[in-house]
Amino acid sequence: MTESPLLTVRNLTKRYGTGCVNCLGPRPARLMKNVCPECGTVTACRDISFDLYPGEVLGIVGESGSGKSTLMRCLYFEEEVTEGEAYIRAFEDGKRNVFRESSQKKRYIRNHLLGKVYQNPLLGLRMNFSSVGNIAEKLIAAGVRNVGRIMARGEELLAHVNIPVHRMKEVPAHFSGGMQQRVQIAKALSTNPPVLLLDEVTTGLDLIVQASVLDLVKILQRELNVAMIVVSHDLAVIRMLADRTMVMLNGAVVEQGLTDQILEDPQHPYTQELVHSLL
Amino acid sequence: MRQAYNFAFFDEGSKREIRRAVLKAIAIPGYQVPFASREMPIARGWGTGGLQLTLSLIGRDDVVKVIDQGSDESVNAVSIKKLITKTTGVRTVEDTREATLIQSRHRIPEVPLGEGQILVLQVPLPEPLRPYEPSERETKKLHAEKEYSGAWLMLFEQIVKYGMTATGADHPVMVHGRYVMAPSPIPRFDNPKMNFSRALILLGAGREKKVYAVPPYTRVVSLDFEDVPFRTESFEGVRCRQCGAEGVFMDELVDEETGEVYHQCNDTSYCLGRLNRREVS
Amino acid sequence: MGYVAVKGGTAAIEESIRRLKYERLKKGTVLKVRDIEGGMRGLIDQIMSEGSLYDETLAALAIKQAEGSPEEAVFLLRAYRSTLPRKHYARTIRTERMAVERRISASFKDIPGGQILGATYDFTHRLIDFELMEETEETARAWLREFAESVGDAGSGGMNDGMAERGDASGGAAVFGGASGGSAGGGPDAGALDGLPKVSDYLRKEGLLPDCEEDNREPDDVTRRSLTFPSTRSQRLQVLTRGQTGAMTSLAYAVIRGYDVVHPTVGELRVGHLPVYIADPVGSEDSDAAGSQADPSGESDDDYYIGNVKATEAEMLIPVVTEKVRGKKELEFQIGYGLCYGQNETKAIAMGILDYCLEAKKPGVPTHDEEFVLLHIDSVESTGFISHLKMPHYVTFQSKLDSVRRTKRTTGNANDGERTGAAMEVIRS
Repeated sequence: MTESPLLTVRNLTKRYGTGCVNCLGPRPARLMKNVCPECGTVTACRDISFDLYPGEVLGIVGESGSGKSTLMRCLYFEEEVTEGEAYIRAFEDGKRNVFRESSQKKRYIRNHLLGKVYQNPLLGLRMNFSSVGNIAEKLIAAGVRNVGRIMARGEELLAHVNIPVHRMKEVPAHFSGGMQQRVQIAKALSTNPPVLLLDEVTTGLDLIVQASVLDLVKILQRELNVAMIVVSHDLAVIRMLADRTMVMLNGAVVEQGLTDQILEDPQHPYTQELVHSLL
Repeated sequence: MRQAYNFAFFDEGSKREIRRAVLKAIAIPGYQVPFASREMPIARGWGTGGLQLTLSLIGRDDVVKVIDQGSDESVNAVSIKKLITKTTGVRTVEDTREATLIQSRHRIPEVPLGEGQILVLQVPLPEPLRPYEPSERETKKLHAEKEYSGAWLMLFEQIVKYGMTATGADHPVMVHGRYVMAPSPIPRFDNPKMNFSRALILLGAGREKKVYAVPPYTRVVSLDFEDVPFRTESFEGVRCRQCGAEGVFMDELVDEETGEVYHQCNDTSYCLGRLNRREVS
Repeated sequence: MGYVAVKGGTAAIEESIRRLKYERLKKGTVLKVRDIEGGMRGLIDQIMSEGSLYDETLAALAIKQAEGSPEEAVFLLRAYRSTLPRKHYARTIRTERMAVERRISASFKDIPGGQILGATYDFTHRLIDFELMEETEETARAWLREFAESVGDAGSGGMNDGMAERGDASGGAAVFGGASGGSAGGGPDAGALDGLPKVSDYLRKEGLLPDCEEDNREPDDVTRRSLTFPSTRSQRLQVLTRGQTGAMTSLAYAVIRGYDVVHPTVGELRVGHLPVYIADPVGSEDSDAAGSQADPSGESDDDYYIGNVKATEAEMLIPVVTEKVRGKKELEFQIGYGLCYGQNETKAIAMGILDYCLEAKKPGVPTHDEEFVLLHIDSVESTGFISHLKMPHYVTFQSKLDSVRRTKRTTGNANDGERTGAAMEVIRS
């Protein structure tokens, strides 16, 4: 019994620069990390393909410069891909390459079918609007026009992420880092998107706060059965959350598989290094 | 060197360019059409947008009414009327029914407008999403993608704070189900008058260089929520001290001698009309 | 007997205008336009530049009507400009051909052609000269005679850096006695030099400045199509050259003082007259009444010379780190360009600095944000919107009052402090 994937990505490539004979193509010769010495083009993501199934958590691990955040930006339409296709089952039955859709359609997909939580809360929240207002923004974008429903859903979500209800009218600018992340999570989940993207959401937080946010994500994921893509440079985070993992290096996927297997028996030298340095 | 000015101040080429922008605006109700706004003899912020619309449309047979804050005699209205008559010689009136072109700042007349009339509204800030998004480049995209959650979000925040929406004038509206538009700083009271108006409504922002339009018989809906509907200002239980009218927008004044607060029709020509009809009968 | 509107408004305005005229005339002095044209060069140059209309006599008239207020005078010129038919676009002007009266470079001690100080306030001591109160036309004429003799008519000899004889001696009359704006207003002086090479060309030859590709596309005329974002360079330069001197000076000051890490040097500053040519309006087939031409740089022997304009040009050199091929970082110079009507050196330099900032577009720096800069430096727009606050706003205020009252009624349980806060929010929003 195989379910069809919620999200299918094929040959996603993102280049900054024109490219040249040396660096174009799937197996380029001498690149310095992901930069072409001939033309200076940076190949941030090269030929990335994967599937995301309902209810699963896919982890993407890599160091800074590996292309994992660029990949997320492409999936959330914050960057245009250079090449590649993506299909979302909930959109037109997965038959249309969403990267080629009009900007209006892309907005629709973002508002209704995706959610994203950023490492930097400034990117994901409007700091001068109330917390419930932030959640409202996403619900309104998804077409809700009923204040009662928005307030009820806002309360429900904030409770879910352990933010006291009496703070829902406050602006996130006054919250701690951990609380801001939790508001972001509440906002991203407010429309029940089938796919949730989490980009280094605990990086920069105190360890104890990190743990509580991660716990929350785990609980929510189980309760709501949301499919997630979790990006982190920290293999420990990936180990805690992800069912399957992709390892990225210099823009390419060097290894992918079940998280347990990768941790136990890493194949690629880089993955081995990563695993061995796991505390 | 004595300089004679062309009829209606502008050269014909300029008038044509503005009319073309107006046609485009009418073809896309509620959409802000950029136009090369010229400097006028009155200052930016004082009605140059409305004035450019009026002067590019006006012909010798037109009859013009100009009001500001509802009054034909407000200094700004008088000043604009003077400029129009100086450059056109066209007849001006105070009776709304007689006018073919009405230029107004901050009010729509109480007397319902009819087919063939054109109402020109003066607009300071044409962009309804500006408090939400400061960049013009970004708001253009938002309009193009019909991404208006920001407009509702601003109303939502007011409800969060005060339990109700608290816009004063210039409450945003959705035109023809497609574009969200700033109706200019008319009081909420006047928003419903735009809905299915028989007259053509043009809105001009001279300094921001945009013109937009609501063609006759167009659906115009003030933004609100299902459970927090749009409400206009209330003048319940209030009558005009002069003519006894009820249910129109009122000015609030204080009697210098008694200190008592009383009300008077804001639309002065409407009030006068009522008084004169009462006299006759 | 019917009710009629009280005509208070009309009468009040008429009286106000009379009172304004009284203010202008009450001291019993009537300024002659030629006096202003002769003696207020600085203000005239500023007004022409901000008004974006070159005509010294009109500018002087506007200054007279505005009683010297730059805000009003610029407004008058711009409004006048709105009535003028647009007949031609000029051929591209090459500033190498400027009849130079002043030309300096802060980047080099010596430049080909020399540093020519010319007429500038830079080295005057700002001590009010009370003797000017006694100045008469006789004393002025006597001084001019002396000056003319000392300049002489055959080159060199005991002269300061300011003057050299080159080219033909036409326009000599402009130096002596032709003080007031007669027919064509001021023109290039006898001592003006043309054909001086540009410092930037010299730098290009040395490889210190990147070569500049010629871009001869027709510029986007912002008076014909309104500014859009992202803007094109021709739009930016137009808006900058029409900008209010004060606004631009402040922004450029912020840039060099610390809101950015730009260290500009004046590569070359030139002041002088530029000849203006148009395509043959009668003969050639491709010229039409609207005057737009496919390639404005194309020159032809049939072109008509229609006069000259005095202008200030500033080329600012800014050292910039660039990364070329192979990830190597290099230091090179880029140019920030400023050009305005009249002798407006502060404005031209400020324009050069802002031009560079808007090209560089560093995120997060307000002076690199083209919307922030370009939308707020126009004199007519900024002064107009600010002054509009004096207009009656009582209907909008009434509307707000209604909102404030309603919120006060329903937040009856909140304490006073909160309520006032909420009310203020309502008024602000």
